[in-house]
Amino acid sequence: MTDLIQASLKELSSALAQKKISSVELTTLFLDRIEQHNPTLNAFVTVDRDKTLAAAQAADAKIGAGGMKCPAAGTAELSPLCGIPLAHKDIFCADGWRTTCGSKMLANFIAPYSAHVVDQLNAAGMVMLGKCNMDEFAMGSSNESSFFGPVKNPWDTGCVPGGSSGGSAAAIAARLAPAATGTDTGGSIRQPAALCGLTGLKPTYGVVSRYGMIAFASSLDQGGPMAKSAEDCALLLNAMAGFDPRDSTSLERPAEDYARDLDKPLDGLRIGLPREFFGAGMDDGVRVAVEVALAEYRKLGATTVDIDLPNSSLSVPAYYVIAPAEASSNLSRFDGVRYGHRAPDYTDLNDMYAKSRAQGFGDEVKRRILIGTYVLSHGYYDAYYLKAQKIRRLIAADFQVAFKSCDVIMGPTAPSVAFRFGEKSADPVQMYLSDIYTIAVNLAGLPGMSIPCGFDRDLPVGLQIVGPWFGEARMLNVAHRYQQATDWHTRMPEAMK
Amino acid sequence: MTWEVVIGLETHAQLQTKSKIFSGASVAFGAEPNRQACAVDIALPGVLPVLNREAVVCAIRFGLAVGAEIAPRSIFARKNYFYPDLPKGYQISQFETPVVLGGGLTIHVGEHEKFVHLTRAHLEEDAGKSLHEDFHGKTGIDLNRAGTPLLEIVTEPDMCSSAEAVAYAKALHSLVTWIGICDGNMQEGSFRCDANVSVRRPGAPLGTRREIKNLNSFRFLQQAIDYEIQWQINEIEEGRKIQQATVLFDPDTGETRSMRSKEDAHDYRYFPDPDLLPLEIRPEWIAEVKAGMPELPQALQHRFQSAYGLSAYDSATLAATRDTASYYENTVLAAGSANAKLCANWVMGEVSARVNRDGLDIAAIPLAPPLLAGMVQRVADGTLSSKLAKEVFEALWNGEGKDADAIIEARGLKQVSDASAIEPLIDEVLAANQKSVEEFRAGKDKAFNALVGQIMKASKGKANPQQVNDLLRKKLSG
Repeated sequence: MTDLIQASLKELSSALAQKKISSVELTTLFLDRIEQHNPTLNAFVTVDRDKTLAAAQAADAKIGAGGMKCPAAGTAELSPLCGIPLAHKDIFCADGWRTTCGSKMLANFIAPYSAHVVDQLNAAGMVMLGKCNMDEFAMGSSNESSFFGPVKNPWDTGCVPGGSSGGSAAAIAARLAPAATGTDTGGSIRQPAALCGLTGLKPTYGVVSRYGMIAFASSLDQGGPMAKSAEDCALLLNAMAGFDPRDSTSLERPAEDYARDLDKPLDGLRIGLPREFFGAGMDDGVRVAVEVALAEYRKLGATTVDIDLPNSSLSVPAYYVIAPAEASSNLSRFDGVRYGHRAPDYTDLNDMYAKSRAQGFGDEVKRRILIGTYVLSHGYYDAYYLKAQKIRRLIAADFQVAFKSCDVIMGPTAPSVAFRFGEKSADPVQMYLSDIYTIAVNLAGLPGMSIPCGFDRDLPVGLQIVGPWFGEARMLNVAHRYQQATDWHTRMPEAMK
Repeated sequence: MTWEVVIGLETHAQLQTKSKIFSGASVAFGAEPNRQACAVDIALPGVLPVLNREAVVCAIRFGLAVGAEIAPRSIFARKNYFYPDLPKGYQISQFETPVVLGGGLTIHVGEHEKFVHLTRAHLEEDAGKSLHEDFHGKTGIDLNRAGTPLLEIVTEPDMCSSAEAVAYAKALHSLVTWIGICDGNMQEGSFRCDANVSVRRPGAPLGTRREIKNLNSFRFLQQAIDYEIQWQINEIEEGRKIQQATVLFDPDTGETRSMRSKEDAHDYRYFPDPDLLPLEIRPEWIAEVKAGMPELPQALQHRFQSAYGLSAYDSATLAATRDTASYYENTVLAAGSANAKLCANWVMGEVSARVNRDGLDIAAIPLAPPLLAGMVQRVADGTLSSKLAKEVFEALWNGEGKDADAIIEARGLKQVSDASAIEPLIDEVLAANQKSVEEFRAGKDKAFNALVGQIMKASKGKANPQQVNDLLRKKLSG
């Protein structure tokens, strides 16, 4: 059992292909673990055993047919992911599944269609284990803003799992799922991956279609894989990425195999270390873990070079103008008219809007709608929104300059390990600073990863890797070689064994 | 005291695309409520807009037709406000950078010609409809229209009377239907105008304007503007100030009434839509659209005048719609350009009368241009009298006979121009109408016409009237 829950996707794939185990058996194993641990962790908001097992049966049928397949028939090759279960962040619409986005507003919303990412992974034969809890509308860094209650960190259930993809992170960390999808607007894949000891990748903006992914901040949102290892993430990204004509910001590029360079040696790799990411504000334990990881990279043949990202201190304020501005508009559709929560009693149209939205949205969502409405208002637009957009271009330009002297950039993913419930929830600015190292990457549209690189006070520390646009394959290679040399990514919480 | 009127129009022309501007749903009119609203139109969580290139082609066509600049890069913005028939809570429109800039249209009011400058034209999506009837205290929402592509065409405040505003609206209506970007159906709301009206003393700065919304007929446009002008003048003359406002026209009372004042104007919080990339239009695309453009009405009118010797009036009448112009031109091509004026008379006369009487589409009438041309040629060469031509026309219209010649032959309608055949008829008539002959000789010219009538009647209308005239005059003076 421990073998299976610890196995890589590649190992699961070959076990399924060789019929050592069926998808139904594997899926049942994870469904049972969810049943056992979810009451404690609250990582899933929706599980549907029957639907999931039906999908597993279908995958078994595909694998069976694949095994009998005559190579000459020229039929499409079976995806290596066929039959492997995974969990979806509850921000992705899945046809026939309740899709809540962590909000009371959508607590009863059954999606009538599937997101591109869900379609792609279904087509690959992956089996959906359920929908994972998250910060409401992906607004949060601790998973405390979910209408369905906070998710507990499997490493210490008194601590947050990070956010907003906290349910996905906790599910994988507790081995309730071999992998999961997440979304990252300001760090929502990388920060929970760091806080739960996982590998998570936010691709270059436009690589993964946003169709069917409930929008938070359209120009920043990007879906990506979360798993135990870089190798797993590469296989998942192969299935998730690709041009989708239904998303105008999806990039039309030739398909690539993100696993192609995994084993390349790292000799000559130039790692840029932004001075701004190693200053004050980072916990000592995090700093030590990151320094040790960098030493490991030097052993693997890399060199490090100090770089500057002079405008990075402006990334949090710029982000907290742009993201709420877009969110305030994106969330206008939740008006109680066509679907979602409608107040039971109201006197007129405006009262219906006001009450439905007041009841349907939580505090953090309201706070961001208010900020966003304010910065877009007549007379404030230039001072806030336009200025933030200018800063955004400066931040992107900083990275362009930096990548002239390095291949990847590294630093801590988050300034501290998982914090305790309530520790930051009373102070939004403290909470926003949890994403201080991740946000600039979204503003610049760059790919970013977090990989586990050690522990501080028995809680995982994440190392962030940032690449140039479309540098995913190289970043995965950089992460994979490190994971071949270390075992942080294989560690799991004792309580979950 | 005199007043000067200043009017600017904003027109929403629904573009003739198959599908909506940001989704694949159909735009056909009249479907059951909400049957033509897809996931994107009803704004389900997670859906995204994708721009319909056909709508952009329409905008380019329009820009070319009015001599405007086509912006190489324009931006779609979100106009944010809450309304139940606006599913996303924002309308996707173009704000700071529209796709079409400048240009204009020449209008005619009587003898007077004027060039109305356009400020801009931009692409946007329509909203759905709120249905207040049949829902007993509740409101029904029909989202079939949501996402229908619109081109909003904005003029400079160049017009100074309701007559000019109507002339502009008609010229614009004719142009957008001509270039095939809008079906022009005003009852279905495919073409609707908002009028910005203000008044001032001559030479004074612009007065405060009020905007009359959603005028969907030329008559309402005229009535609403006239009422509004008078209302504003009265207000000022009675010492009140005009407040900027949006007003609605009530066709039943013929009055305008304020819908909202400037104070409760929305702050739309426009910002670039992050779901859509900037719209880039390269010169090659414009060239491609240009190559597919029809000849424009003004160019066509000039050509009709120079090539066919038509008057400005005839040319304008025949160029009123593309189908009429093409019907006329095909007739001329078959009849020969020497007969161009005669063809014009028939197309503007009998053909138009019947098309209008029966509410037909001239492009689809059974009387094809070559058939009409065949008849016109027989009139021109004297085979057919103008009077009998009407009989032949009637027969051709009803689909009798394979062409004019066959009908003339079958009915024996050939005009008689042979003096030896006409003279006996004249003698016969003179003999039987001695009284008229005497009256004529006594100086009564009317009697002459009566005799011609009798002779024509005796020939069953076939005698060449000119010949009858000449021969009769000769006989009576002899």
